[in-house]
Amino acid sequence: MIVDAIRHLGGYTSRFIDELGRIAVFGSQTTVAAVTPPARVRAFVDQVYNLGVLSLVIICVSGLAVGMVLGLQGYNTLVRFGAEESLGAVVGLSLIRELGPVFTALLTTGRAGSATTAEIGTMVATEQLDGLRMMSISPIHLIVAPKALAMIAVMPLLSALFIVFGLAGGYVVGVWVMGLDGGTYVSSLESAVVFSDDVLGSLLKALVFGVLVGLIATYRGYTSAPTSAGVSRATTSTVVVASVTVLIFDYFITALWGV
Amino acid sequence: MEASPHAQDAAVALTDVEMSFDGRPVLHGLTCSFPRGKISVVLGGSGAGKTTILRVIGGLVRHQKGKVMIAGQDTSRFGDREMNEIRRKLGMMFQGGALLDSLTIFDNLALPLRERTKLGEPAIADEVRKQLTAVGLANVDGLLPGQLSGGMIKRAALARAIITNPEILMCDEPFSGLDPISVKRIEALLRRINRELGITMLISSHHIPSTLRLADQVILLQQNHLAAGTPEELRASKDPRVAEFLNEEVDETLVDEDMFRSIDPERAPQARHLR
Amino acid sequence: MYRNATRDFVVGLFVLAGLGAVAYLSFSVGGLSLGSNGGLQLYATFDQIGGLKPRAKVEVSGVRVGEVETIGLDKDLRARVELNLEKDLKLPIDSTASIVTSGLLGDQYISLQLGGEEDVLKSGEEITFTESAVILERLIGQFIHSTDVGEAEK
Repeated sequence: MIVDAIRHLGGYTSRFIDELGRIAVFGSQTTVAAVTPPARVRAFVDQVYNLGVLSLVIICVSGLAVGMVLGLQGYNTLVRFGAEESLGAVVGLSLIRELGPVFTALLTTGRAGSATTAEIGTMVATEQLDGLRMMSISPIHLIVAPKALAMIAVMPLLSALFIVFGLAGGYVVGVWVMGLDGGTYVSSLESAVVFSDDVLGSLLKALVFGVLVGLIATYRGYTSAPTSAGVSRATTSTVVVASVTVLIFDYFITALWGV
Repeated sequence: MEASPHAQDAAVALTDVEMSFDGRPVLHGLTCSFPRGKISVVLGGSGAGKTTILRVIGGLVRHQKGKVMIAGQDTSRFGDREMNEIRRKLGMMFQGGALLDSLTIFDNLALPLRERTKLGEPAIADEVRKQLTAVGLANVDGLLPGQLSGGMIKRAALARAIITNPEILMCDEPFSGLDPISVKRIEALLRRINRELGITMLISSHHIPSTLRLADQVILLQQNHLAAGTPEELRASKDPRVAEFLNEEVDETLVDEDMFRSIDPERAPQARHLR
Repeated sequence: MYRNATRDFVVGLFVLAGLGAVAYLSFSVGGLSLGSNGGLQLYATFDQIGGLKPRAKVEVSGVRVGEVETIGLDKDLRARVELNLEKDLKLPIDSTASIVTSGLLGDQYISLQLGGEEDVLKSGEEITFTESAVILERLIGQFIHSTDVGEAEK
């Protein structure tokens, strides 16, 4: 029985490494395609719309909500130490360093990532990608690369918007509800946040997450089984794998960058 | 040099081609050829490998053994770049059309011209309109594929396949899922394309009446068995398997093969034996 | 190639909004300044800097005029702090730089008290008068010690 378990583990591991290798190849193909002319501007803009603009509502509403909760929890905790004047700093640093990029990545995975996987997967199932190949057009160049690039471009922008709405949410709770002085909130925020450590690190994280989600979402769609069950499996897998990967990378970036 | 079993004017020739998917063999040592300028139809039941033959020729799947000669070159070991060169000579009409559903019909037809030729937009627009008119779709160029009927999609797919003037046109089940009138229409279009443009045609189908009307050569594919000849030869064949197929298949053509494509064999084990 | 002018406009707005958010966070909140080189560079040496960190603010009369650029040790092993201040700042040469704490438990920063001389400090010069940071633990230690002595004397 133990032998079986070990054999299973070995099987899992070698399949996992196989998969990693395939994703790496896919990633490099996509990167090469991204820098090879002709530039797919139209497709890129369309994808920025699909992934970015259509995610605006959920990002901004969630940002506001998270900021408000932070404001509430932060205030209630800080007040015990008489440090409620630092609420701006607490809300700001939490949002900028962690919650902004991570929440944005997770929300975007759920909405835009799964949509991307489903879109590409459906194209596989309906032979649209094969059709492109038969016309000597690279599906990676025409379809995959613009989607991946758009995801990378969109993530830092959405993250910044999430953070700004979160700061506003914290302000609403801290100042309008809890009665803090507005100026104190803002000055506490501004004095605690440093561009080079906090904001830059936040944007960097968002960028890395954009790469991860973009790569995983397009890869899963591209390699999905050409049936509707296969597409739905791929979509679920995107959400799960991308979310976990984002969280793991978050730890490593935080540890290495010192954010 | 061994003697080639194929005629000298074969546009495409397969020799001892074996193809398996996940250990399941689909093509068992297949040897056949498709003469230049003629309409060849690969006839067979579901799962017999007709579509697989087209996919192997197009390089969409890689066969395990055997030789595939296209226009005199063995493409068995070709990589993507070499395959793309060969594909310039090929055009493929897919069973579901395979048009990009985010592009209008016009843009779908223009795509291969925009990507593979240096034509300017006005010239491209002319060419697209010409092709659309030829297949009778002149007034739907602004629509999306999702807004077209099955027959119209097939015609658009056909137009897209020949817009780049290929030497060899492959059609995967061009008659499937169509009403009898649309079937006749597609038949007429295919015949005209072959006669007027001299394009070699490889058609996979399980629609017997159209096959017998259209084909110059019929290749009947059954498990482990291949029969080839003109439609007359096949009809007159004394081989019991051929006769059985020709008679039985008349009923099966009423069933839409598309019905089975969305059933995942892993999830619905009962569906498997229907194939 | 689905051409849609409205969609393009919306995408443009989205990008502007996103970049605006990034700019707000970088400049307004994060204190990024473009052209930070070309400011007034001054040096101050302290015995003890306490919790002073690079990028800590420097203020005059409560108004922020710059930040701490780098902190190092000079040849006598005293703390040498480099300050990056506003270009046009006119600081008399007898001004004092003190390290103060914001609030009781807050961050430490540098406060500059103006002197009375006419001449002003130029970039690269040293602020002569400095006051080191007050370390809270030492204060408490002194307090306890003095109470003990008081007790002993009784």
